[in-house]
Amino acid sequence: MQSEIELYRPQNLAEALTLLADYGPDGTPLAGGTNIVVELRDGHHNCKSLVDLSHLMELRGINQQNGYIVIGGGTTITELIDHPLIGAHAGILREAARLFANPLVRNRATVAGNLVDASPAADTAPPLLALNAEVQLMSQAATRWIRLEDFITGVRKTLLQPGELMFAIRLPVPSDRSAGAYNKVGLRKADAISVLSAAVMIELDDAGLCKQTGIALGAVAPKPFRAYEAEALLFGKVLGPELITEAARLAAEASRPIDDIRGTAAYRKRVVAVTVRRLLTKAVEVLK
Amino acid sequence: MKPQMITLHINGRTHYVALNPNLTLLVALRDLGYTDVKCGCEKGDCGACAVFLNGVAVNSCLVLAWQADEAEILTAAGLGTSEHPHPLQTAFSDAGAIQCGYCTPGMIISAKALLDQKPHPTDAEIRDAISGNLCRCTGYAQIIQAVQSAAEKMDAGGEG
Repeated sequence: MQSEIELYRPQNLAEALTLLADYGPDGTPLAGGTNIVVELRDGHHNCKSLVDLSHLMELRGINQQNGYIVIGGGTTITELIDHPLIGAHAGILREAARLFANPLVRNRATVAGNLVDASPAADTAPPLLALNAEVQLMSQAATRWIRLEDFITGVRKTLLQPGELMFAIRLPVPSDRSAGAYNKVGLRKADAISVLSAAVMIELDDAGLCKQTGIALGAVAPKPFRAYEAEALLFGKVLGPELITEAARLAAEASRPIDDIRGTAAYRKRVVAVTVRRLLTKAVEVLK
Repeated sequence: MKPQMITLHINGRTHYVALNPNLTLLVALRDLGYTDVKCGCEKGDCGACAVFLNGVAVNSCLVLAWQADEAEILTAAGLGTSEHPHPLQTAFSDAGAIQCGYCTPGMIISAKALLDQKPHPTDAEIRDAISGNLCRCTGYAQIIQAVQSAAEKMDAGGEG
C-alpha cells in the first residue's frame, strides 16, 4: 500500500519555489523519483507534499561559464555520459555516470537527486568532490553556493533547508596539466551499490611537481569525503611509486568503513589502499 | 489530495483517467489493460516494467502517473501487431529468447533503445544496454542473439 501524498506539478521554476516556500518542512522536491518513489512504496517517506521538478527545463543542461562547467540540477545521469563538456573536462564524472545503476535508472535519476539523497555510496559524489564541485541551493528568498564537501553532512543528511532546491552544480574547469582516474568496486558490474568508489585528480606544475590533488572516497565513511592527509603528503613533490603507496595508506587510514552485506570494514580499508594507489599511478601515467 | 484527471497517450491511443497522486505509471498502465508492462521488483532493479516515456526508456514503477500527464508512452506491445510484428518481437520468439516471458517486454524496450542509437551494437554493448533487465530463465545468451539478429534484419529491411 502506498502512502497518502500530495503532489504538485509547477509550470516553471518560480512556481516551484513558491510551492516549496509555502510547504516549508513538509515539502520535498521530486525529480527522477528513483529514490523517493521507492520510499513511498515502502512507506518510508515521511514528506507528504512533493513538488515535481522532473519536467522543468530550467533545471536541465550543461554549459561552460566563467571558467566553470555548470550542470543543471535536473540533468540526468545519461545526459552526463553523453555530453561533450563532461567527456572533455570531467572524465572521472563520466566514468562514474557510466557505472551508475543501469540505463533505465540513468535515464530518470538526476545529479541533484543523487547528491540531495546523500547516500554514503552516492555515485556522483566522489568524482564531484575530487573536482572541487560546489552546489547552488535556491529558495524563493535567496540563492547560495556551497562546497559539495560541506553540503553533505552525514548519512543522508545535507545542508538543504526547507524551501530550497538544488538548482545547479559547478566545477572549475581543470587545467591542461591535470588528469584523473576513477574506479567503483562493486559485487557485480551492473546495478551495483559500491563497496568503494574512488576518484582522484592530480595537477602537476611545469617542473613536474604535484600542484594540486583531489582524492575522494565513497561508501567507506558516513559520507563521501576527501582524504586531505594523503593529498597534503603529495603536495610539491614528484609522484613516485613509494610516495603514492604512502598516500594510499593515509587514505585508507582516513576511511571509516562499516561491516555490511557488501563487505567488511577490514576489507574496505585494504581495498581503499590498493585502489587509491592504482588510481594515482594511472593519473601520473596519463600526464607523462 | 483528490484524484486528478490526467491524459496519457499510450501506443497511439489517448486515455483520460482520474488517478490518485501516489499511483505509479506502472499501476496506471496495467489498470488500463496494458498488461504487457510487467510488475516485478517495483524499485528499478528488474526492468520488467520498462516503457518509452516521451521516447526515453524508463522504469514505469519509478514514475508517478501524474508525472506522465500529457506524455507519449510506448509499451513493448505497441511496437508491432500480430500481422506486422517488430523485428525485435520476431527475433525474440525465433531465437528462443523467451522462456517464462516475464522479462521479455522490458528486454525489448531496452533493446530498441539501444538499436535506435546504435544500429550495429557489439555483444558487450547489448549486455550493457540490458543490464537493467533481469532474466532468470534464459541466461541471456539467446536474448543477445535475438538483438543481433533483429539488428541485421532492421538493417536489411530498413525497418524499426
